[in-house]
Amino acid sequence: MLRTILSRLLQTVVVVFLLVTFTFFAIHAMPGDPFADAKATSPEEKAALEAYYGLDKPLPVQYFNWWKNVISNNDFGDSIAMKGRKVSTLISESFPVSLKLGLLSLVMGISLGIPLGIIAALYHNQMLDYLAMIIAMAGICVVAFVLGPIFQINIAKPLTSLNVAGWDRPADIILPAITLCFGVAAYLARLTRGGMLDVLSQDYIRSARAKGVPPLKIITRHALRPALMPAVTFLGPAFAAIITGSFVVENIFLVPGMGQHFVLGVTSKDYNLVLGLVLFYGILMGIANLLSDLVLIFMDPKLRTS
Amino acid sequence: MNTSVQSPQNGVKVIEKGTSLWADAFVRLKKNRLSMLGGIIVIAILFACFILGPVLGWLGFSATEQDLTNRFANPLSDNGLFGTDQLGRDLLMRVLEGGQISLLVAIMATVMTVTIGIIYGGIAGYIGGRLGNVMMRIVDGLLAMPFLIIVILFRELISGHVDEMARFLIDSWGWSTDLVLRYSNLVPLTFAIAGFGWLTMGRIVRTAAASLTKQEFVEAARSLGLSHARILFRHILPNMLGPVIIYATLTIPSFILYEATLSFIGLGIEPPNSSWGTLIKEGANYLETETTVLLIPAVLFSLTLFAFNFLGDGLRDALDPKASKD
Repeated sequence: MLRTILSRLLQTVVVVFLLVTFTFFAIHAMPGDPFADAKATSPEEKAALEAYYGLDKPLPVQYFNWWKNVISNNDFGDSIAMKGRKVSTLISESFPVSLKLGLLSLVMGISLGIPLGIIAALYHNQMLDYLAMIIAMAGICVVAFVLGPIFQINIAKPLTSLNVAGWDRPADIILPAITLCFGVAAYLARLTRGGMLDVLSQDYIRSARAKGVPPLKIITRHALRPALMPAVTFLGPAFAAIITGSFVVENIFLVPGMGQHFVLGVTSKDYNLVLGLVLFYGILMGIANLLSDLVLIFMDPKLRTS
Repeated sequence: MNTSVQSPQNGVKVIEKGTSLWADAFVRLKKNRLSMLGGIIVIAILFACFILGPVLGWLGFSATEQDLTNRFANPLSDNGLFGTDQLGRDLLMRVLEGGQISLLVAIMATVMTVTIGIIYGGIAGYIGGRLGNVMMRIVDGLLAMPFLIIVILFRELISGHVDEMARFLIDSWGWSTDLVLRYSNLVPLTFAIAGFGWLTMGRIVRTAAASLTKQEFVEAARSLGLSHARILFRHILPNMLGPVIIYATLTIPSFILYEATLSFIGLGIEPPNSSWGTLIKEGANYLETETTVLLIPAVLFSLTLFAFNFLGDGLRDALDPKASKD
């Protein structure tokens, strides 16, 4: 058990290292530089800025310096595009917003998607199954950037208690969370249905039926736990992705979350910001995957022995 | 297997043809009403965007001609089937042209994804061992990257070269500026989407190739002294077509979605070119007073995603009966 955790942690470290390395060299390989947009930057000013951010040094030196700064000073450096802001400040300001929004929509997605999947599996190839799967498919196909504006006009506009967009009142979390939750719910419903159908065709379920165990008890005591395994596997990475913010939803509802930094960081070639975000995201992803693995081990005794 | 049976009526031998895997799969697919409907819608949309649109364009209907006296005309009026948009342009033509771009991006990116995925995943699965593992860890590392970052990176890396190429085609080869700019716009986006998309395909192919490599018929092929390339392309590849086709069909809608998302946030197709993503984005701006400019592209877009997804699900059940939950 401890060995599994340790080996997974080691794997995470390797993946995060690869991730940051690839990002570093890819983002420096992009044409242009962070100071291209700045108005009337003379060559001297530009050289001074590059020296300030250490961008005048050879790439391997910059790469090494970045890691040194992270490891010895626990510092992600200064944002290049947003003058005077530290990358760590930008992350610590926006992450709580994305975390709150992400957690709420995740909880909503789980409580919507998993029951939907179970119902679909129990009524396999009947009207309810088709209905549930069409609803799930709608969650994938009717995307956030169509739903968002429709919610804004049809729900937020008539109700004065909700802002059309913004992040001032506690209630402002509701519409973005609803918009985000459908995608999660849809995938969960499909995965849960598949897992449930798999389990229900197993011999031990037939034995339980033959012994006369009540149908509800078969589902709750025998079928549910193994049936949820595909959903748990999906939830690991989905958790990391959703709590680091969605640019589209943040953009529509003007939420000051983390998703915007990912996009603006790359487009403005803010090297430090992008690397800091990728490192942060990679670590979160590793933790989330580890958690979902641990839950899987807890759920499936067969995984414990190996 | 062909079996001869004595026909009871006239005593003539009738050769009964065995059903191939594909014919069998098609029979199963035909039974699945929802995915047949999906298939029909897919064909209809492809026909509309790639044949009907250009034909109407050739007949003189234009997607770019503005008529400011006829803004937001109602659908089913004198101003075209779908009415007109905020600049009085024919919405039907706009949607068909935008759909062509969206579908082109998705289909080309899928072709690239399948090609790279088969080569990379096939090799990693066939040779296996340490090198195969390293190849897959690289894929894992890239897959752990945030989708948007990797797509924007690829797009920026490529767009400079594509611009140069476009200028070269216009200046030296005398190609039409309109045409080149319209289609060169979608090249970086296609590469960017494929640059992210092949990772999952590579994984699927590797899993399939690794399990096939262990089977007896591959061992037999090896003991006959066939070359690695021949084993890979003649024995392993044909046997993985099932999962590859299924995944490719399900990849197209997700790529349509990526294209629209990227265009919606301003990192995909750029005006004056249009795709479903840009049309939805423009439509959302006028939603308060006008609904058709958002709803028509959005409904068409969602319908396409629905159709491809149902077709893909049906294909999966038909080609891989073991995986279908009956």
